[in-house]
Amino acid sequence: MKLKGRVWKFGDSISTDLICPGRYFHLRSNLPELAKHVLEDADPEFASKMSKGDFVVAGNNFGLGSSREHAPTIIKLSGVSAVLAKSFARIFYRNAINVGLPLLECDTDKIDEGDELEVDLSTGIIKDKTKGFELQAKPLPRAMLNILQDGGLVAHIQKHKDFKLD
Amino acid sequence: MGKTLAEKILTEKSGQDARAGDIVIAKVNVAAFQDGTGPLGVRQLQKMKISKVKAPKSIFFLDHAAPSPRKELSNDHILLREFSRKSGATLSEVGDGVIHQRLVETFVKPGDVVIGGDSHTCTSGALGAFATGMGSTDVAIGMAMGKTWFRVPQTFRIEVEGRFQPGVLSKDLILYLIGQLGADGATYKALEFGGPTIDRLSMESRFVLSNMAVEAGAKVGLIASDKKTKEYLKSQGRIRDWRPITPDKDAEYERVIRINADKLVPQVAFPHTVDNTRPITKAKGIKIDQVFIGTCTNGRIEDLKIAAKILKNKKRASHTRLIVVPASRKVYLEAMKLGLLEIFVRAGAIIMGPGCGPCVGVHQGVLGDGEVCLSTANRNFKGRMGNPKGFVYLASPATAAYSAIMGKISDPREIMAQKKPRRRR
Ligand code: SF4
Repeated sequence: MKLKGRVWKFGDSISTDLICPGRYFHLRSNLPELAKHVLEDADPEFASKMSKGDFVVAGNNFGLGSSREHAPTIIKLSGVSAVLAKSFARIFYRNAINVGLPLLECDTDKIDEGDELEVDLSTGIIKDKTKGFELQAKPLPRAMLNILQDGGLVAHIQKHKDFKLD
Repeated sequence: MGKTLAEKILTEKSGQDARAGDIVIAKVNVAAFQDGTGPLGVRQLQKMKISKVKAPKSIFFLDHAAPSPRKELSNDHILLREFSRKSGATLSEVGDGVIHQRLVETFVKPGDVVIGGDSHTCTSGALGAFATGMGSTDVAIGMAMGKTWFRVPQTFRIEVEGRFQPGVLSKDLILYLIGQLGADGATYKALEFGGPTIDRLSMESRFVLSNMAVEAGAKVGLIASDKKTKEYLKSQGRIRDWRPITPDKDAEYERVIRINADKLVPQVAFPHTVDNTRPITKAKGIKIDQVFIGTCTNGRIEDLKIAAKILKNKKRASHTRLIVVPASRKVYLEAMKLGLLEIFVRAGAIIMGPGCGPCVGVHQGVLGDGEVCLSTANRNFKGRMGNPKGFVYLASPATAAYSAIMGKISDPREIMAQKKPRRRR
């Protein structure tokens, strides 16, 4: 599957508090409303500026902090097609796969805000159309790939009635 | 080749020879949710038409918004209460306390696999349990199936020797370690704490270490189950839950990090990341508007005793608000019996009901623009206490209590060192 969109660039250590602030705790059962505040404390205008299909591109340790699955969920809900980062925090990584938000681990230094990207999820190849270069993302571990391909953990369990990881 | 604590527990619970890097499916003994992550978990189960839980201890804790400050959250509480009643899960009500404190007091035993919809679930690792934080869907499915999958983590052994100076606590040790490792220095790894200093530490001090393992990115923060663990479980009326668990002598560690506690000074994490730690000498004099003593990191009775000792017959600085939140009903009651609450109230503190209090910015003690809080919690991310324009510094309960009196970040060794120093080793 090929994804196309524009880049919104963020720095290192984008915490789940920046993605999904605690002060909107009361909106956690109202995900469409919560999604309007996605990444608000990293970039207050992100939710209003981005368009469906765009990419979030960041530095190291994206998604560190709390276990709130609401963080990857609202990134996905807002229409972001994938998150690219140099590295991801552990719980965020697993949550993103579980909710079906694609993640790509790669060196994001050369990608800038506004660049047009084309991402092939099956090969992990990222094309920066604006600058004309290609990157190869680290492949997902097999267990994760199986869950993502089934459309997330709920769909995975419904399909196999159990974990089917290898 | 021997096994680390992580490998031992996962071998037992998966029934296969679990080695670092393997993917295993392990039995889940305890599956827990709090009120921020539970509703999403419950909805996932409802979507799958699952109405009964299978994990032997399945528990919902109402602690993050307790009591609820708004109707949306009250409705979330209703959802969790109803689901608990119908599914066979246990409910920990508003006022019973913070998930991780309740788990170690009442539910977790050495050797358990514990999954929690809260990143600080690693706290229970101090009891020798494989305890880790996960998202709502993972915990919901683990709760429903009584099992989950893990990648067996590589282990960093943290070997500590020497004695803390008076005024230095285990919080300073873990802040120092996180500063050294960095917030992603142990991503996907297990931290395993050991050595003579850890052997001597109380369980309450050990919980602080395991609690903050996740702040270095770690999956679990494990400590062997030993005599101290036994004493602790006995004090909680749970001696039967005890059994020893130790790593093998020839276990394979990815890294061994040695720390000498003799040389450690109080540490402060500066805004807005936990690994932005510096020795107290670099923080001294920073003016503070609010001090918060509490949370699953440092809201236990040992912490309140230390704070009360410092605050006894003293007053908070006139410009510094002081908030104290016992981590659980048990802690609250004990603090009451020991007269600690009176000391706090006389010192000008406000005491709030057991729970997370202001830790996550849902309610209570939300910072104003530009305000500075010194907190005993485990996180200081931007926006953490409800306002991205606030500044949160993290420190030990000794540093927090003394700083509340001084109205600025202050070195607790100034007063605690006056005690006769203990003889070394
Ligand atoms: S006290 Fe703070 S860190 Fe601990 S569980 Fe509550 S919100 Fe999370």
